[in-house]
Amino acid sequence: MLDYIWLVPFLPLFGFVINGLVGTRLPRRVVGIIACGTVGLAFLISLTAFFVLPDQPVPDKVLYSWIKVGDFKADFAFQVDPLSIIMILIVSGVAFVIHIYSIGYMHDDPGYSRYFAYLNLFVCAMLLLVLANNFLMMYIGWEGVGLCSYLLIGFWYERKSAADAGKKAFIVTRIGDFGFALGIMLIFKTFGTIDISEVMHLAQGRFEVGAPILTAITLLLFLGAVGKSAQIPLYVWLPDAMEGPTPVSALIHAATMVTAGVYMIARCNVLYSLSPTSLMVVAIIGCATAIYAASIGLVQNDIKRVLAYSTISQLGYMFMACGVGAFAAGIFHLMTHAFFKALLFMGAGSVIHALAGEMDIRHMGGLKRYMPTTYKTFLIAALAIGGIFPFAGFFSKDEILWRAFEQNYILWAIGVITAAMTSFYIFRLVFKTFAGESRVEKEKLVHVHESPRVMTVPLVILGVMSVIGGLAGVAKAFPLLGMSRFFSEKLNILRFLEPVTGGHHAEGGQAVGLERWLMLASLLIALLGIYIAYQFYVRNPQLPKRLARRLGRAYNFVLNKYKVDELYDFLFVNPAKRFSVFLWRIWDDRIIDGIVNGTAGFFKVCGHIGRRVQTGYVQTYILLIIIGAVIIIWYCL
Amino acid sequence: MPIPLPTVNLIDISPEIILGVFGVLVLLIDLFLRRERKGHLAVLSLIGVVGAFYASLRLWGSSHYAFSQSIVVDNLSLFFNGIFLLGTALVILMSVSYIRREGINLGEYYSLLLFSTLGMLIISSGNDLIILFLGLELVSIPLYILSGFARTNLKSNEAALKYLLLGVFATAFLLYGIALVYGSTGSIKLPMIAKLLSDTAVSSNPLLFIGMGMLIIGFGFKVALVPFHMWTPDVYEGAPTSVTAFMSVGVKAAGFAALLRVLLTALDKLQFSWVSILVVLAILTMTVGNVIALVQTNIKRLLAYSSIAHAGYLLLGLVAGSRLGVSSILFYLVVYALMNLGAFAVVILVGRKGDQNLHLNDYAGLGYRYPLMGAAMSIFLFSLAGIPPTAGFVAKFYIFSAAVKEGFVKLAIIGVLNSALSLFYYLRIMVIMYMREPEKKEVLPILFSPGLVIALLIAVLGVLYLGILPSRVLDLATSAIRTFLSG
Repeated sequence: MLDYIWLVPFLPLFGFVINGLVGTRLPRRVVGIIACGTVGLAFLISLTAFFVLPDQPVPDKVLYSWIKVGDFKADFAFQVDPLSIIMILIVSGVAFVIHIYSIGYMHDDPGYSRYFAYLNLFVCAMLLLVLANNFLMMYIGWEGVGLCSYLLIGFWYERKSAADAGKKAFIVTRIGDFGFALGIMLIFKTFGTIDISEVMHLAQGRFEVGAPILTAITLLLFLGAVGKSAQIPLYVWLPDAMEGPTPVSALIHAATMVTAGVYMIARCNVLYSLSPTSLMVVAIIGCATAIYAASIGLVQNDIKRVLAYSTISQLGYMFMACGVGAFAAGIFHLMTHAFFKALLFMGAGSVIHALAGEMDIRHMGGLKRYMPTTYKTFLIAALAIGGIFPFAGFFSKDEILWRAFEQNYILWAIGVITAAMTSFYIFRLVFKTFAGESRVEKEKLVHVHESPRVMTVPLVILGVMSVIGGLAGVAKAFPLLGMSRFFSEKLNILRFLEPVTGGHHAEGGQAVGLERWLMLASLLIALLGIYIAYQFYVRNPQLPKRLARRLGRAYNFVLNKYKVDELYDFLFVNPAKRFSVFLWRIWDDRIIDGIVNGTAGFFKVCGHIGRRVQTGYVQTYILLIIIGAVIIIWYCL
Repeated sequence: MPIPLPTVNLIDISPEIILGVFGVLVLLIDLFLRRERKGHLAVLSLIGVVGAFYASLRLWGSSHYAFSQSIVVDNLSLFFNGIFLLGTALVILMSVSYIRREGINLGEYYSLLLFSTLGMLIISSGNDLIILFLGLELVSIPLYILSGFARTNLKSNEAALKYLLLGVFATAFLLYGIALVYGSTGSIKLPMIAKLLSDTAVSSNPLLFIGMGMLIIGFGFKVALVPFHMWTPDVYEGAPTSVTAFMSVGVKAAGFAALLRVLLTALDKLQFSWVSILVVLAILTMTVGNVIALVQTNIKRLLAYSSIAHAGYLLLGLVAGSRLGVSSILFYLVVYALMNLGAFAVVILVGRKGDQNLHLNDYAGLGYRYPLMGAAMSIFLFSLAGIPPTAGFVAKFYIFSAAVKEGFVKLAIIGVLNSALSLFYYLRIMVIMYMREPEKKEVLPILFSPGLVIALLIAVLGVLYLGILPSRVLDLATSAIRTFLSG
């Protein structure tokens, strides 16, 4: 069965070729069936591969020898091991669900077949990336997902903002890709091979911990990850990427492509483990990004933007996990995040769909009556990302926080504060969108409806996964009432990944107790975040009404209460708000965007100057030749 | 005094002979053909090209000198022959309908193409500075005529005149360089020069270095290195598109063949000196080519600057100077020939009589109206930009890693940065093709002539084949230099 693993990326490629070439002439139904069918088949193959994967390492599946010259060799080959199997399961599974959802979401779009062609190409590239057995193939997938992301962000290219966002994403991630390419070159120069497992093997034997060359390699690779996975300082493209269709945001900018950086680092965990400096950099960048992006998420009013910053923040968690050496925990969170973030985006898409394109949460509210399925699934996803027991995010986030705690209290503390922020902003979103009075414009409210089945069924599927997904990695410390063998031995992603990411350390009895307390603490903090959000967005908005009814006697009381809020605002919310607005407006919009646009502008100006020299007069040309000649001959002497 | 007669073995120059004979044949038969039947000459020329290719194939594996060491027959020269002949064959296929549309379907067109190609074959097997010079002139003179072939088109006339004036100017440099090298070493035979250079008295002669500089300038003009590139955009834009395609591929490859022979065989000892010149030229060429290409709006000018940039990438292989470097140049040239000619084939298809429809905006919406042609153009552009799984990626990867391996890491970084820059203008064409509505609604339908379709098909399949399964051609390129650097 594993010999057919090459079908996994090739099936979507087939879908791309068909839909890309003749899609416009096929009926929409057929286009949808081809697109979903190829990805669905790829998922089935991945699933079978998962079940037949033996315990011993499997040799790479070589399709053919791609480039072979002298001592340089690159095969077109796939690496089949627990890590790649988990990744193809996540990618093809989530992609399949989102493909189905897209049938409903993109129903009326004139670019229907183009959309599915791009989407299939994307899935192909991503699967290639995670299955690659050498860095060159990984690079191909890496570039491929970047390209598809560009095409899909700018899918509605007639909108200038969409076209600009596509460009921005492309430029910013290119900076990272440049580092990634350099890293690969350096790997080849150092090891003489680009085969991933060979490199890992050689690195272990040949280098001491802390070898400078490994630090250089890993930092360069990490630069690629920073670009692709939207970390500080290259995260700026991701919020803008929300210009693309919402399912694209769900698939590419939440569940799969942006996780490529995390995957790559987990794949190269041997190299990173040999370089404490790089690990530290990864941990710090991840941790800083987590809290930074979460703080920005607190003040956004665009439903998709909140989710975008949330994605950046959650990716920060994953990098933090990698940075503290908990690679498997990073992948675990990657998986649960793929479920609930895709669900959040698709839920948001369902809302936007129902409200005819409205994305501002100030103009929503009270939607749970109209869209019960969307509301329920969105709520599940919110509980999952908030880290509430027993939803998926609880287990993966706690695994990361625990491992961070073992390394460094500060990392843990920041992680916990971020968790509080996370549950706050996500429930702010839930309350403002679904709860309370409707603030939807009248003429739009008439058309509000639950989305069709083709969209809600995917929501339910992901909802189920967001509930049970976390059980794949229940911590040993968790009180399991006799089920512990089953959960920590059989059904445990962390254990499953051990052959790739290295063994999990032994846990002492005292640590178990401590871990339980920490779990409880972070759970309480997450609940606190929800409570505050409830106070702010469910209780307070009704205050003015009650105020009007009880005008008089209760006034002072209400007024005092109001003053407490004022105080809160003054002490915590406003400074935080101002700071995050500052970060968003000044740092993002001015400085980072300025640099990006400035670079493009600089080269354009250079080009125009160069064009000016091209006068068309032969005299000018000869003059230039002579100048060049004089310099060369002067040099020769 | 007895004069030693050189032993004559005509088999060694059989590709050249075949091409020459067919060139004359085309010229003669042309006299008896009516205007509308000149297409037959294309078939005849193609037969000549295929014949020369076959002759080169028969010689594959040989490695010896002929004609008193003025000609070398080795796999390197034969590999180059293959590149030239492939390029010429594609250009002939592209030309038939194009020159009919432009009203320049005269028989001389094909024979001039064949003679120019003959010059290239002579360069690739030249073992002697005079032969190289002869070959280069034989390449250039037909091209002076060909670039002005659209006689009623002002731009074409301008292109021819500019090319001639500047070309002659550069030739003077070349000739002077040859004279100085000969004067300071006493030989014009490349291996002999190398041998004489081991004498320090010879190799420290300043005249030799001036000569070397002049040679680089002369060849640098032919392959359009910055700052000797100024003619390129004007000539490429003005010349008939098929001729531009021919120039951008054939002349460039021929120039590199000459540079390889001169620098790596004859002046190998002076590597310390010419490497630094070439490094600077490579940086300038890549950067200037790419940066100016960013702001071009005419597709032919854009491709002209792009071809300048590609010459810069090719220099990287020469700078590396190793086996890997040289074989990567060979591979790159094959790939470059396919993808660039493919792109020009699309330009010809989209173009209209009198070289109209060359603005980038004329490509708006073409991706949907002609999906297959759009897909083909996208593949060529991806390949030119160096995006996998196209051949351009493998070629670039190969040439950059050759540079890295020889320690030119910074140069390779500049190369990678440059190819990132180039993505902008290549992708812009795709964006226009797929993401913009055409301004004018009534567009004449594109006429697909069989020759162009075949050329396009060969190019697409070649680019994909070499991108996905490059190893066979890479092996060939490696075996092509087996005798070159060791002898």
